[in-house]
Amino acid sequence: MAAAGAPLAREPFDRTLLLVSPAALFMLLLFVYPFVYGLWLSFTPKEGGALANYTHFFTTDNLWPTIWTTLRLALPATLINVGLALPIAFKMRVKTPYQRWVTTILVVPITLGTVLIAEGMLTYFGPKGWLAQFLQFFHLYDGAIRLTHNYTGVLISLVISGFPFSFLLILSYITGIDPGLARAAATLGADPKAQFRHIYLPLLAPGLAMCFCLAFVQAFSVFPSAVLLGSPAGPTRVISIAAYEAAFEVYDYSLASAIAMIMGFVQFVIVVAVLGLRNLFYRGPMIGGKG
Amino acid sequence: MKSSFDELKLDAVTRRFAGAGGAAFNALSELTMTIKRGEFIALLGPSGCGKSTALNCIAGLLQLSDGTIMLDDTRIDTLPPEQRGFGMVFQNYALFPHMTVEKNVGFGLRMRGVAASEMAPRVAKALKMVQLTGQEHKLPGQLSGGQQQRVAIARAIVIEPPLILMDEPLSNLDAKLRIETRAEIRRIHTELGRATIYVTHDQDEALSLADRIVVIKDGAAHQIATPQEVYSRPANLHVARFMGYRNVLELDVESEEGGRVALSGPGIRLTGTRMLPLSGRRGCVAIRPEEAVLADAGTTNTIAGRVANVEYCGRDSLVDVLTPAGTLLHVRSARAPQVGDPAHVHVPVERALVYPVT
Repeated sequence: MAAAGAPLAREPFDRTLLLVSPAALFMLLLFVYPFVYGLWLSFTPKEGGALANYTHFFTTDNLWPTIWTTLRLALPATLINVGLALPIAFKMRVKTPYQRWVTTILVVPITLGTVLIAEGMLTYFGPKGWLAQFLQFFHLYDGAIRLTHNYTGVLISLVISGFPFSFLLILSYITGIDPGLARAAATLGADPKAQFRHIYLPLLAPGLAMCFCLAFVQAFSVFPSAVLLGSPAGPTRVISIAAYEAAFEVYDYSLASAIAMIMGFVQFVIVVAVLGLRNLFYRGPMIGGKG
Repeated sequence: MKSSFDELKLDAVTRRFAGAGGAAFNALSELTMTIKRGEFIALLGPSGCGKSTALNCIAGLLQLSDGTIMLDDTRIDTLPPEQRGFGMVFQNYALFPHMTVEKNVGFGLRMRGVAASEMAPRVAKALKMVQLTGQEHKLPGQLSGGQQQRVAIARAIVIEPPLILMDEPLSNLDAKLRIETRAEIRRIHTELGRATIYVTHDQDEALSLADRIVVIKDGAAHQIATPQEVYSRPANLHVARFMGYRNVLELDVESEEGGRVALSGPGIRLTGTRMLPLSGRRGCVAIRPEEAVLADAGTTNTIAGRVANVEYCGRDSLVDVLTPAGTLLHVRSARAPQVGDPAHVHVPVERALVYPVT
């Protein structure tokens, strides 16, 4: 025993902590520095005071609405992705012979780039694409089919490229829940619907919030499909297009940085709001008792 | 869902699983028995014998491949678990980690649409029964293993089920807690006056708790009888081995007379009691270490040998005696002999049980 009042011995420095340094350096060089540089750049406009870029953004008619345009795409896309992935992942939680096949098919789009998906969609969903030809050939729908070069096209592409991501994430959360809990609930009188509502959903809620955040951030930074499949001059003029134009068409890096900062801020606000909601739910081990 | 019943009838309950290579095997084959209200039934067997399969079939968590289960006049094997209304206690407790103790226990009542005003006193009563009053607002993660176990019991009994199913509920507890909780379970069973089916691999648990024991091996029920019967008159050699008849000797049958069988082997002459009709010239004699004693030379019905090992066990010692023919016998003995001493193992004729060779 140490004498009373003697200072506690300090933990010796754990040298294995040094192994973190390459990763820390990497973060510093490739994330922190560019971010801080961009932030600084956004406050040093070509002309005007420090806030000139921000005032410009929020007073220019083809800039500030891009926030809504992007939100109008990203939020529904995220909701659709998470909302679709949840029931499918729930069905896929039990090992069946088909599980592997279904999972593989659902996940394939993740391996395709957004550009490839856009390319495919243009031939498939286009006005003279296979889908249109098929529907018209069988006279299932004779009107004009406009699924590309507009809002719908971008939304579909966001769902195709974003769904596998949400699906895999939710699947891993669901399979982490002890199936014994649902069995216990069943013996206590809970039908499958009640089991989902009272057992799976509350335990999944934090995971769903996390999945929502990640899927949202991914969708909010949409760029290639908004250009290739949308109408980048109008309804799908998303915020990243505005940043791109500022940087590479007007060569105003300062304004582009400001737009990127605003973009980051919007994502940050949504993520913080959703993660705040997440704290309302139980977070902890998802097994009941000793494993 | 009823809260009471007279009889639960299992008729040829069978469950097949697809085994390796696609061949189906019977995890449980043709279990037939009738359970009366108020009975405490233990399903006893080594791990993997099919006892949990039997329990899950009764609970509705597994579907039957064959057979029927009747609760009085209602066929229940086609119902999903939520419509059978049996309370079940799981081996790993399966408490809902996101609900407080109170919510966990009240879950079954909530699913039955019991009004909140009625729910609170019933939950309190169940918690009192398992002596957990005052822990209502804790999450399961904040409780000890023994407390979690008792929450699981409270959750199963609060719905006042006609039948309570317990799947090795004590296997995660330490030795002391296990014995305490065992008594608790028996007390609760008596207090409720319903039927309990209890799965265990521990013969002591089964003997001390049950009114009747079902000994299961390889998916088949080998004996369904009272603890006394299973303990002292095992139906066959499998049951005997499992019930602690550690000494099993295969010997030649010399003569049979009125249930008594004279047997002999290299350096051994022994008389035992026939348990099953013998076929052929050989028989197996099963002897429990507690029922054999070390006797003086010249005592009748003994097997001679030398002490090979002595294990001190507190109240007595476990002595291993090696016969000249190389057979090792286990005997419980109050006095501890020296290793190498000559020894004579005596067994009363009625406690040397003779079975056909299997």
